[in-house]
Amino acid sequence: MATSHQASGIQAARLDAAGIAENFSDLHPPFDAHEAAVAADRCYFCFDAPCMTACPTSIDIPQFIREIQAGHPESAAKTILDQNILGGMCARVCPTETLCEEACVREAAEGKPVEIGRLQRYATDRVMEKNEHPFARAEATGKRIAVVGAGPAGLAAAHRLAMLGHDVQVFDAREKPGGLNEFGIAAYKATDDFAQREVDWLLQIGGITMQYGQKLGAQISLDELKEQFDAVFLSIGLAGVNTLRTEGEDLKGVRDAVDFIADLRQADDLTTLPVGRNVVVIGGGMTAVDAAVQSKLLGAENVTIAYRRSREEMGASRFEQDLAASKGVKLMFNVMPVAIHGEGAVSEIELEYTEVSGGKVTGTGERFRLVADQVFKAIGQTLQGQPDAIALEGGKIKVDANGRTSVAGVWAGGDCASGGEDLTVTAVAEGRDAAMDIHSSLMG
Amino acid sequence: MADLTTEFLGIKSPNPFWLASAPPTDKEYNVRRAFEAGWGGVVWKTLGAEGPPVVNVNGPRYGAIWGADRRLLGLNNIELITDRPLQTNLEEITRVKKDYPDRAVIVSIMVPCEEQAWKDILPQVEATGADGIELNFGCPHGMAERGMGSAVGQVPEYIQMVTEWCKKYYSKPVIVKLTPNITDIRHPARAAHAGHADAVSLINTINSITSVDLDNMAPEPTIGGKGTHGGYCGPAVKPIALNMVAEIARDPQTRGLPISAIGGVTTWRDAAEFMAMGAGNVQVCTAAMTYGFKVVQEMISGLSNWMDEKGYTSTQDFIGMAVPNVTDWQYLDLNYVTKARISQDDCIKCGRCYAACEDTSHQAIAMSEDRVFTVKDDECVACNLCVNVCPVEGCITMEEVPAGQIDERTGKVVSGEYANWTTHPNNPSATAAE
Repeated sequence: MATSHQASGIQAARLDAAGIAENFSDLHPPFDAHEAAVAADRCYFCFDAPCMTACPTSIDIPQFIREIQAGHPESAAKTILDQNILGGMCARVCPTETLCEEACVREAAEGKPVEIGRLQRYATDRVMEKNEHPFARAEATGKRIAVVGAGPAGLAAAHRLAMLGHDVQVFDAREKPGGLNEFGIAAYKATDDFAQREVDWLLQIGGITMQYGQKLGAQISLDELKEQFDAVFLSIGLAGVNTLRTEGEDLKGVRDAVDFIADLRQADDLTTLPVGRNVVVIGGGMTAVDAAVQSKLLGAENVTIAYRRSREEMGASRFEQDLAASKGVKLMFNVMPVAIHGEGAVSEIELEYTEVSGGKVTGTGERFRLVADQVFKAIGQTLQGQPDAIALEGGKIKVDANGRTSVAGVWAGGDCASGGEDLTVTAVAEGRDAAMDIHSSLMG
Repeated sequence: MADLTTEFLGIKSPNPFWLASAPPTDKEYNVRRAFEAGWGGVVWKTLGAEGPPVVNVNGPRYGAIWGADRRLLGLNNIELITDRPLQTNLEEITRVKKDYPDRAVIVSIMVPCEEQAWKDILPQVEATGADGIELNFGCPHGMAERGMGSAVGQVPEYIQMVTEWCKKYYSKPVIVKLTPNITDIRHPARAAHAGHADAVSLINTINSITSVDLDNMAPEPTIGGKGTHGGYCGPAVKPIALNMVAEIARDPQTRGLPISAIGGVTTWRDAAEFMAMGAGNVQVCTAAMTYGFKVVQEMISGLSNWMDEKGYTSTQDFIGMAVPNVTDWQYLDLNYVTKARISQDDCIKCGRCYAACEDTSHQAIAMSEDRVFTVKDDECVACNLCVNVCPVEGCITMEEVPAGQIDERTGKVVSGEYANWTTHPNNPSATAAE
């Protein structure tokens, strides 16, 4: 028997299995062959295409769409995967509305871009369905490379290095590969265990050994890795989270949104995952939206995103904001938390309206309270557990254009490294490019 | 609403839209449905001589090509003339004409190239009360191999001969349907004219193979592993038909010979274009076969609206109006100079004009770092390719360089005086202007 969404407190089973299944189904259902042909036909095959420029991995988008249009999606997939080995996941999670599809000339022409993301998924799904791996390893080089972190950057680097003939050892602190693809990202964007299926498919290249439960600074150290391997690639992500530094933050029911999302992604049965009746999410990025929307989809009655700046400054795209609104999430702008109240567990959150001037957020003095039995903090993640020897820049590992860190023989990429947006697609580009640089540096 | 009543060879119909001789007009049932839907007339599917009817294949008889959303762009068929007994057809024609006296009913005929065969069938057709006949000299498959259809239409002497027989044994209008599978359409048209045909209708279908099945290595449609060429029709053939209609309309020997135009008419605009090019009416088949008989209703409303806008009160007002503007290449004005103009407000920066011009034309479009595309007047030959590949209608236009201004490509002042190839100094056989 399902618990009502009106039941107070943090409760499991607010919806029955059917309701959960419907809520967590694919956000963008896949195209069938005819839909793909029609969608592909809308591409103008632009010269020096703006979409391609907008893609952090520089996928030849007009080329792959033309291959779909001409009826050979397998070639399209190869075109995509040549540039972005996680093209399948990126097709699902990329904020295309701020990347390729924003740049699409049809967006300028009619406000309706070519559906590049869904077409990319159509192509990559064809290859993955057949379980074909269209890449082969070059002759063995005898070089060994350590990759720390099996998220998008690490996997992209590992695949490229393995393809170039190197032997790759991947270490990950968790018991499963995938990084944020597996533990972050909303469930409705990567249904049917896609993250794991993609890793399994990627590893078909061969030459990559995976080792789990290996945390840098605990089970493994940079010095050892440097000694044992010809090169090291760090893709350790952002393991720390920012705190509110607000009264009541320690109360029961106050949690980091990333932990909630990871629990949700790992839950075998979402009806067993508890969620509050009145949920407040603090923050304005994709993590905030993912936590808020999924709370709503689990059956929370009222979900509010409280963001301290204006809508325009929100990290989550307008598409994500609208998605949240369409699921019934209330978006509040220019409000910041000042206190969390409750006896033992959170019962209310106190917010203050803000003004932003010269980039600085200040409270107006006008405060109000929202009923809340669950509060998620989604105000940013931070680098944690990086080796001391390595130089930082803006709180991240300092890298040059080729991903080289301040320590010789050590490269870094993904969210842990400086530069670029914290997106899956950016991580893939950084991993791939660092791999190319490692290769040229080792092979001279 | 403009009156679409059209008189063609003295045959009145409420509109100029007739169904061509083809599967849609094969029997009474279809023709009644067509008339109820609003068609102005029909050309009944081709009758053959008395005796056992022809047989059709029992595998697929149509092939097609499509746009991305399965929009049918071209259709081909290997169907033969009617496979029903002659008497059945004649009885049905009689009944239908009696019930629809205001609609045109024309009977298409194809019998062997012997005078007796025509002498036998024509009185029977005359007895139906139908308004006229159309001689099927066009069918390119099956019947041609038996010495009929396009096998006749490809020999002007036969056309004239058979037309003369028909004029001899039949009292009502005789329309000769022409095949496009020839080198110069004017020759069969002249032959029909010489045989005293009342009109020509064109085009019949074009010999074609629509595609090849690459698994079975056989042409489509495939029947038991084999295929054959069929007759191509539909929107794809319209430009070919328009040219052939124009050639006959402007040929001094056939000028004034009534034309019933056929070939890819899908909307009112296609019909208006054919009529402006000299056709007295149009015949439609593929559009009806694709969408059903209801398509005629758009043709009626569209043509009527356009006539109202232009102030035409009768189809006669615009028939043939474009014919005087069709000329030979050698008479085109070489002093007419245009340059492409790109509207920056409309440009969506796809760069197709640039790719087309840079790779395949005259390198006359410049592309800036921020994707602004501009025309280099000193290179632009006004070929129009950029206009044709631009996805935004009206974004690139051709602007005339007025007389007195310099054409930056040639460095010469645009004279404003008409001058063509016949007097051009580079023409070895130019006749100097006196």
